[in-house]
Amino acid sequence: MTTTAATSRMSMAEALRDAMRIAMQTDPTVFLLGEDIGVTGGFGGGFTVTLGLSDEFGHERVIDTPISEGAIVGAAVGAAMAGARPVAEMQYGDFVFCAMDQVVNQAAKMHYMSNGQVCVPLVLRLPVGASQRGAQHGQCTESFFTHTPGLKVVCPATPYDAKGMLLAAIRDDNPVIFLEHKLLYGGKGSRKESASVLFGTDVPTDDYEIPLGTVAVRREGTDVTIVANMLMVHRALSAAELLSEQGIEAEVIDVRSLVPLDIKTIEQSVQKTSRLLIVEEDHLTGGWGAEVSALTAERALHYLDAPILRVAAPDTPLPCAASLERVFVPSVERIVSTASSLFAP
Amino acid sequence: MTIQETISTEWRLAAFRQMSLIRRYEEHLYLLFLQGLVPGTLHQCQGQEAVAVGICSTLRRDDLIYSTHRPVGHLIAKGASLKAITAEIWGKATGCVGGKGGQMHLADFSVGAMVSNAIVGANIPIATGSAMAFKLQGLDRVAVSFFGDGASNIGAFHEGLNLAAVQNAPVIFVCENNLYAASTRISSTTRITDIADRAQAYGMPGHSIDGMDVEAVYRSALEAVERARQGRGPTLLEYKTYRYRGHSRGDPCGYRGNDEHQSWIDRDPIERLRTRLVADLGVAVDRLATIEQECQREIEAAVEFALASPEPTAASCFEHVFA
Repeated sequence: MTTTAATSRMSMAEALRDAMRIAMQTDPTVFLLGEDIGVTGGFGGGFTVTLGLSDEFGHERVIDTPISEGAIVGAAVGAAMAGARPVAEMQYGDFVFCAMDQVVNQAAKMHYMSNGQVCVPLVLRLPVGASQRGAQHGQCTESFFTHTPGLKVVCPATPYDAKGMLLAAIRDDNPVIFLEHKLLYGGKGSRKESASVLFGTDVPTDDYEIPLGTVAVRREGTDVTIVANMLMVHRALSAAELLSEQGIEAEVIDVRSLVPLDIKTIEQSVQKTSRLLIVEEDHLTGGWGAEVSALTAERALHYLDAPILRVAAPDTPLPCAASLERVFVPSVERIVSTASSLFAP
Repeated sequence: MTIQETISTEWRLAAFRQMSLIRRYEEHLYLLFLQGLVPGTLHQCQGQEAVAVGICSTLRRDDLIYSTHRPVGHLIAKGASLKAITAEIWGKATGCVGGKGGQMHLADFSVGAMVSNAIVGANIPIATGSAMAFKLQGLDRVAVSFFGDGASNIGAFHEGLNLAAVQNAPVIFVCENNLYAASTRISSTTRITDIADRAQAYGMPGHSIDGMDVEAVYRSALEAVERARQGRGPTLLEYKTYRYRGHSRGDPCGYRGNDEHQSWIDRDPIERLRTRLVADLGVAVDRLATIEQECQREIEAAVEFALASPEPTAASCFEHVFA
């Protein structure tokens, strides 16, 4: 006899909400805090992710805070060290810079500084990604965190991963930076992002976790490995179809976890394809892609038939105009042309 | 019965012992420092003992304290292992956090002393968060954040106090106003005289109290702790106090006058308590001297333990990055 797990069509915003609902149902120490996340009659955070959860769990567990990012993260650190599992939200990922002392000096270090005697099991959710809001409401901030020992950094690209990884992150005993791309939320109604690319997929309704520290091979191929995260996974997959028309079969790896990083799977893919292209919306210089490039060079240089290349956001602040944003954010066309250049004679 | 009447001779003797232990410990370290025998940095609290002891004497073992870069008094008052904090100052494997912390990062989780924090003001929202977690879990524990006058001007103070007030969190904010943020006198950074006045802006009680009188500290703390424990929210307590030594090692205090220094030494909290015990309560001078000798022996044993302890292993550098 086989059983089929029940699924429901969920956007990423709905999948994240489902994860938080299950986490709060199964663990009374889980609570949410952030700006505008639980206001009755409000909009459930900047991107509707927490909509309705205060009705279900009360304002004691879905806490609307003052506009005090430092205190949001600081309170999460203190709550985590006192036995709770807080899920803190920055309304926009860019605002985390107001709280960087609490992230870098406190959350990341307290387990180490205590010599392992306390844990800081918090999740910090950061909506990221360019979405025509300009330089302070759309940055991809991964590398600020990947450079800080003690933080796990994850960044799902699908509703299925979003739910399973958020459940795993909440139950992890470490501080987890949880990046969510705004164009992947698939919000509905007036809060929908105009350039959304992902509106909903079938997601199991039950409780499941995706182990942090894993990557996902989204497309198998033999000629070039394309490593990407979040929105760039979807652009890489579109690029792979166009490349296929040119006779190039790309293997697309979704690095849904940057710390820990499963470099082994990337290395094995490169051993097969002999070419590596990294696609990220983070800035080029010192981005996580630079680390993947260095690790691959260290581990698999002799398998490579071409230089490792990166398609990244340029080293400029994020501009606002749609025409400029198209220049800034890696496009399918740039991915295709850069991948093709790896095969130039 | 007023709270004042509950202070017993036994309580005063215990406070005398703890304050003497802190004072003598810090002075012992200072002498070793002058001989070049103390590694790393050193931020000492001579003169401020009454605040640490008065506050911690109102706390339960399961209440949490969050201290600062000047942590020794708070840790000793909360009951931390003297041997473990001494070994930590010397960077030994037997240190309270295995040599990863040093003088500014002392802890004893068995008595609720969390890792002391060397980012000014950072523990204010952290203590608030612990208090919020206690409230969420239906516990009657409280959290205490210690900080100095300097911390009252960093953003974390504003964000933390406001969040605590609006959340009615069971936390007590203890400002040790020793008049100097490192070398900068408070009058050149702050237009008000009493930091406690700021409490009103957050809608919480605030009291400015003589931090050189351990009984006054105790009474004020008792009220704030009971208030928090009963779910009536946070309090800002400001204690006027003075650090007799410099901000950190190698600070000769050229920015302070001798008259000012002497005026605070004249109000020394330990000598005031000694006078009270001997002159008013008839405790024998010898009994207090015996307590002080016992403290000295405990201190020397702790230093001996630290010096004899092994260095951390190289492998421990890589341990406990992740849980």
